[in-house]
Amino acid sequence: MEAWFALLVGIFFTVAVYLMLSKFIIRVLLGVAVLGNAVNLLIFTGGRLTREVPPVIAGDAEVLAGPAANALPQALILTAIVISFSFFAFLLVLSWRAYDDLKTDNTDEMRVAEPVNEPAPPLGY
Amino acid sequence: MAASTSPPVDLSAALVLAPPTAAEWLVVLPVAWCLTFGALLVMMRRSIRLHPTITIVGLAGLVGIDALLLLEIIRNGPMTMVMGRWLPPFGIAFTADLTGALFAFVAALVALAAGIFSIADINDSGRRYGFYPLLLVLMAGVSGAFLTGDIFNLYVWFEVLLISSFGLLVLGSEHEQIDGTVKYGFLNLVATTLFLVATGYLYAVFGTLNMADIARKAEGLRSNAPLMTLAGLYTLAFGMKAAAFPVNFWLPASYHTPRVVVSALFAGLLTKVGIYALIRVMVMLFPVEREELSFVLAIAGSLTMIVGVLGALAQSDFRRLLGFLIISGIGSILAGIAVGGPGGIGGAIFYALHSMLVMTALYFASGIAMRLGASASIVTLAGLYRRHVGFAALSLMLCFAVSGLPPFSGFWPKVMLVKAALDIGAWWLAAVLLLAGFLTTIATGRLFLLAYWRDGAVAIGETPPLPATTLAPLAALTLLTLVLGLYPEPLLATIQDAAAGLADPSAYGESVFPGGWPQ
Repeated sequence: MEAWFALLVGIFFTVAVYLMLSKFIIRVLLGVAVLGNAVNLLIFTGGRLTREVPPVIAGDAEVLAGPAANALPQALILTAIVISFSFFAFLLVLSWRAYDDLKTDNTDEMRVAEPVNEPAPPLGY
Repeated sequence: MAASTSPPVDLSAALVLAPPTAAEWLVVLPVAWCLTFGALLVMMRRSIRLHPTITIVGLAGLVGIDALLLLEIIRNGPMTMVMGRWLPPFGIAFTADLTGALFAFVAALVALAAGIFSIADINDSGRRYGFYPLLLVLMAGVSGAFLTGDIFNLYVWFEVLLISSFGLLVLGSEHEQIDGTVKYGFLNLVATTLFLVATGYLYAVFGTLNMADIARKAEGLRSNAPLMTLAGLYTLAFGMKAAAFPVNFWLPASYHTPRVVVSALFAGLLTKVGIYALIRVMVMLFPVEREELSFVLAIAGSLTMIVGVLGALAQSDFRRLLGFLIISGIGSILAGIAVGGPGGIGGAIFYALHSMLVMTALYFASGIAMRLGASASIVTLAGLYRRHVGFAALSLMLCFAVSGLPPFSGFWPKVMLVKAALDIGAWWLAAVLLLAGFLTTIATGRLFLLAYWRDGAVAIGETPPLPATTLAPLAALTLLTLVLGLYPEPLLATIQDAAAGLADPSAYGESVFPGGWPQ
């Protein structure tokens, strides 16, 4: 099962990188969203994928009976999902504002902060 | 489940029921303090006139707490506070050692200076949009990142400071700012996601997220775990955060766009959090991998220094020039991490602390220059020297400090780094360090010559008034760099201890696991 998940994570990463290399902000944003999910799946896979044994220690035992999935990655992913979701929301609004204000969603044309052909600094006075 | 037949389990090994001592509270207090004040200010959104006063009181308190923490650690060594008394490696530990406490203390000083500077720089609309709450939450994130002892927790604090930095950066919503924030936002989010990728792999390999536990287990796993991949991913992620050369372009695109005080705060804090995390992970957790990566780090550091300072030479905007100088400074710190040893790591820590003070002060100076000269471009700025002699003198001192000239604080870390590089035979790295210092002197010298020295067209009588709240933080930070340059011994000794503590984290581990490391 790990191998399939690893493959899935790989596909997610490929898609995310492909989208993030785009010039258009909205595609970059989708790439960031996919990247976040790729990482979540990665952490999930890192905690072992075992369906059969729940990570609960029986009353008369001190350790788990067999190899069980690690429960902590789910807590980590929960944190990461909340964080990446809030960032996605912020960046979505920001992209909308940028499109509204700068009249473009092409990152090549977003040169307000770094204008093209700026005059060189003076060589002397 | 009333009739439970489970045998009695001895919980004493996992739980400590003794209450924490007063000193231990100091480890989490910086974060809790900032969050409390931030929350208070959010609730007081209708009385924005009170915001600056409350913020300055809060930040002065933060400086006091961090000073106490630093003193306590100098006296007793690293300290750990465990949430809910769940012992590590299961509970989340806040562990402060000398390095973390030093960074947290200087960060608090910088934030206090920025808080005072903001009185004149942030207008009512900025206050209404929440500058002060965001500033305090940013400080909570920064303090948390410096004091946490858990890798995933570090990621969370990174995100806390990142989201508040987005808010601060876009405050004002000018076209320039939105453009800068888009680039800053996307690239920094990718960097933290890379950090999370590395942390996911780390957990899969180590099964723990506690730094002391990782430092202990790394030795045993080195032969058959992909630790080099982890170290490489962390280097890339934190290098991007710190604006190291191939991944630095978000910084000059964004740092000159927000309010001056926001630029100053970012210059002092954000890249240095990345550098701190890089030092912590590479030096303490993966020392062998750092050694193997040292040539890559040295090349990246050299290119960062040279690209940064050449970028500064090509700029005519005061603040964009400073943005490139930050990058150049990051290169010097990377060179120190690459060299390693007490001289290299100590030099890197000293350079980072010096850079926090000086870059913040230089951004303050750019704000005052823009106020006095009504322009941010050194093509049109002129005659600042005749407008305000005291301000020009302070700026000149800062130009010396950032170039690494004596008698200012930039000199000593540069000496340490050059000496450490020569000691291991990396003469070319020492040469690049000196060359970068030389080019920085030219860049800042030209800045001073054009903006301050050159005769201005505007008559002297028209000088706008300069509020004391802008000049005082500038003067305070400048005097601090002068004092550190003239009398560096106490700080030098502390930094040597801090570097030794990173190289041999047994005291750190002892503080996290008081009963010895678990098997």
